[in-house]
Amino acid sequence: MKVNTPPLVEMRGISKSFGPVRALCQVDLCLQRQEVLGLVGDNAAGKSTLMKILTGAYQPDEGEILFDGQQVRFLSPHDSRALGIEMVYQDLALAGNLSVTANIFLGREPCRPAMGRLLPLLDERQMDDAARNLLQKLRINIGSVRLRVESLSGGQRQSVAIGRATAFNASVIVMDEPTASLAVREVGKVLELVKSLRGHGVSVILISHRLQDVFAVTDRIMVLRHGTKVGDKPTAETTMDEVVGLMVGARGDSLEEARAIATAG
Amino acid sequence: MRLSADRILQRLRKADGSAQASFERRITVGQFLDTYGIILALVLMVIALTILQPKYFLSVENLTNVARQTSVNALLALGEFLVILTAGIDLSVGSLMALSMVSLAIAVHSGVPSVLAIGLALGLGLLGGLLNGWGLTKLRLPHAFIPTLAMLNIARGITFLISRGVPISGLPPEVRVFGSGDIPIIQRSDVPVVIPVSLVVVIVFYFAFWLFLTRTRTGRHIYAVGGNPQAALYAGINVDRVLTLVYVLCGGLAAVGGIVLAGRTNSGYPNAGTGSELDAIAAVIIGGASFFGGRGSVVGTFVGALIMGLLRNGLNLMDVSSFWQFVVIGVVIVIAAYTDVLRRRSLRV
Repeated sequence: MKVNTPPLVEMRGISKSFGPVRALCQVDLCLQRQEVLGLVGDNAAGKSTLMKILTGAYQPDEGEILFDGQQVRFLSPHDSRALGIEMVYQDLALAGNLSVTANIFLGREPCRPAMGRLLPLLDERQMDDAARNLLQKLRINIGSVRLRVESLSGGQRQSVAIGRATAFNASVIVMDEPTASLAVREVGKVLELVKSLRGHGVSVILISHRLQDVFAVTDRIMVLRHGTKVGDKPTAETTMDEVVGLMVGARGDSLEEARAIATAG
Repeated sequence: MRLSADRILQRLRKADGSAQASFERRITVGQFLDTYGIILALVLMVIALTILQPKYFLSVENLTNVARQTSVNALLALGEFLVILTAGIDLSVGSLMALSMVSLAIAVHSGVPSVLAIGLALGLGLLGGLLNGWGLTKLRLPHAFIPTLAMLNIARGITFLISRGVPISGLPPEVRVFGSGDIPIIQRSDVPVVIPVSLVVVIVFYFAFWLFLTRTRTGRHIYAVGGNPQAALYAGINVDRVLTLVYVLCGGLAAVGGIVLAGRTNSGYPNAGTGSELDAIAAVIIGGASFFGGRGSVVGTFVGALIMGLLRNGLNLMDVSSFWQFVVIGVVIVIAAYTDVLRRRSLRV
């Protein structure tokens, strides 16, 4: 492993408060290229807040973000998207009344000039072809890209949301609870998709309550508790029990002790 | 035509390349019928009315009359459709129409050249729409019902104030043409066929907005905002700008309706359009748009307005009391809305 290559994403000393509530306290995060990082923690541990800071929806009170070794400031989700950081939201953020193609290109629809450049019209054919190629590349099985998203199953919708995140040369995809409301059979397909993203050169941060999924697809697991990082280990070197223990502080450790153990180990 | 996602997937597993293509075509047809099935309803209604009144209903003269009478509602309905697409509503279109109409008449009587007077009328409609949109997006009033209800009253009040409560009659021919002009098509003496200019106005605007909604980026964004405003926001769409735009366009179309009505009645009268907003909304709902937003088509709205116009006309020809017509229209609205309920239920996989 080359020491000189900087991590793809580095967050250092991130702190964030909402009024009197300390959501995050000096959190560090490190994401390598082509790595799947699991971000776990109990409710209100700060996982979503940390990711919203990464995507630019929130600004940190303290700390800095580095992308590919360069310091960056994200003032809005546009800024992070411009660098190839995409987010798949927990509620998918899909418009059910629109087709798969329309959803994939929502907000970034390519146009072709008509009537001698006076009238920019949607380039439907280009979008449909690109959408079909995308789904094929990711081995997502949906009958037609013209189908309205509302007529798809939960797993298919999740796949479309993930597909949308990969459609624009993303380098980092953040997924918030991607398997939370899926049937058992569909979970397997989505996890396959997540694993295949690495092969396409994309790094993934996976937020999930389902530890069996986290252990199935991630390379490393980072644990947050009450806004503090209490664990950061390669998946192969830890167990589900240990992770749960870090999440809830089952061994009676105080936060400081837990953090000391985590950084030493 | 209801297609179950599971049945589709089963068929797909046995599918090869060519079956895939025909499957795609069938899906698009299914979705197409979903949106445009209303045309079937129209055709059935026309057949029924023709059977009941064969001598008069399908005559050229009668249909031309229907076209003239329906054009104003069709224009208001088009604007209302845009707004309902975003899960909003505009209760002020009748008042904005009256305001435009009366301002047009007053301007013309004050010596303002016709073109400028028409421009003023349009401008007032657009401005009213802008204020409606701002009420929603800047004042963050909880539902479009409120700013447009306020505008209904404010615009109507201003209309009465500037007209002093009396109609202003007499408009120059270049203004009248929009409402009462006719374009001769066939000159044969016994059956002259004309196309009313007002119908041409309707067709031009409907075509333009069909193009806008189905083929441009902003049109797509309007559907997105109606379907899932949060998703639109995450996608980087300026939801407030889209919302304001539809109200502006709705106000503008109300003004166009006012110009056509002024042409037809050769006047501007302050009572114009009282209750028209409800007819416009009815046409949109009958045309298949969903109150929850994101669903419906320009063609559907046109058919909705047509159904209302033909229904009233047909009932008139059959000498049915105009009071019964109210009842019939009400029942048709329920039928149309219930079809939407059934459709939504069938989609719940």
